Amino acid sequence: MNSDYRIEEQDKIEILEEKDVVVCRQACRNWAKRMNFNLIDQTRITTAVSELARNIQEYAGQGEVQIQIVEKDMRRGLRIIFIDHGPGIKNIKLAMSEGWTSHRGMGMGLPGAKRLMDEFALESEAGKGTTVTTCKWLPL
Amino acid sequence: MPRISSIDSRRSIVNQKIPILKIKDYLIVPIQVDMDDRLALQLQMDILKQIEKCNSRGVIIDISVIDMVDSYLGRILGDTARMAGLMDARVVIAGMQPAVAITLVELGLGLEGVYTALNLEAAISLLEELLDKDAA
Ligand SMILES: Nc1ncnc2c1ncn2[C@@H]1O[C@H](COP(=O)(O)OP(=O)(O)OP(=O)(O)O)[C@@H](O)[C@H]1O
Ligand SMILES: [Mg+2]
Repeated sequence: MNSDYRIEEQDKIEILEEKDVVVCRQACRNWAKRMNFNLIDQTRITTAVSELARNIQEYAGQGEVQIQIVEKDMRRGLRIIFIDHGPGIKNIKLAMSEGWTSHRGMGMGLPGAKRLMDEFALESEAGKGTTVTTCKWLPL
Repeated sequence: MPRISSIDSRRSIVNQKIPILKIKDYLIVPIQVDMDDRLALQLQMDILKQIEKCNSRGVIIDISVIDMVDSYLGRILGDTARMAGLMDARVVIAGMQPAVAITLVELGLGLEGVYTALNLEAAISLLEELLDKDAA
């Protein structure tokens, strides 16, 4: 899956504390702005990043976010990958369902972020960690 | 590979306290910074304390410069409105940007039961109307 994406540019941001969630979503908005995403897409991306970076901070304590400008089939996109080595998710289907939370959340983060991005893939293994790969494509 | 220094950007979000202005019987809360979760929770507490201290019946939270509301901030705003309601005060969220409103609904959060207004002026009119109705 990774092989057909050509990475033009990339960066990464570490999530170590609560403030890094803000740092990360602001950085991703700047990337989206620079790629000329329209305001609504910028807001979608920023909001999805906030949800997924917060999940890292909340459930894994720390992790990292990789930001990539990618090209695939003549399209340019912003690919953002959220990686942690926290407790992982036992039941992915349950975690992805609307309104399910193991804590005091609203259970909107994962399903909401999926709706806001064009691509969304969640890989997780209990005890090993979680990786969420998302991408938003510029309109043709 | 360029690397944005987290240290530099972290400096720009020093823990500012959000001002709560008292104007006549109302409290006006202009949120001007991108709040982290702790600051948002602190603001909720500060608003409730200020309602008690000033005996306020109406609160306007101005989010016109906020460029993102996620599930956490959305929940804080909704909770604050409901908590204030228990203290007999009405809360109006003013000035949500169109892109923020669209994204919030797509995220799955409608802010049901929360009063909203296009801008500060409309928010004040709405509060006056609501409080008149309460008095009647
Ligand atoms: N990175 C992660 N590591 C471990 N568990 C996770 C991770 N991300 C999500 N989860 C699990 O999936 C559940 C659903 O996550 P989701 O973000 O959808 O909702 P929430 O965080 O519980 O609430 P909200 O995001 O609405 O505040 C979480 O309650 C948590 O149990
Ligand atoms: Mg979450």
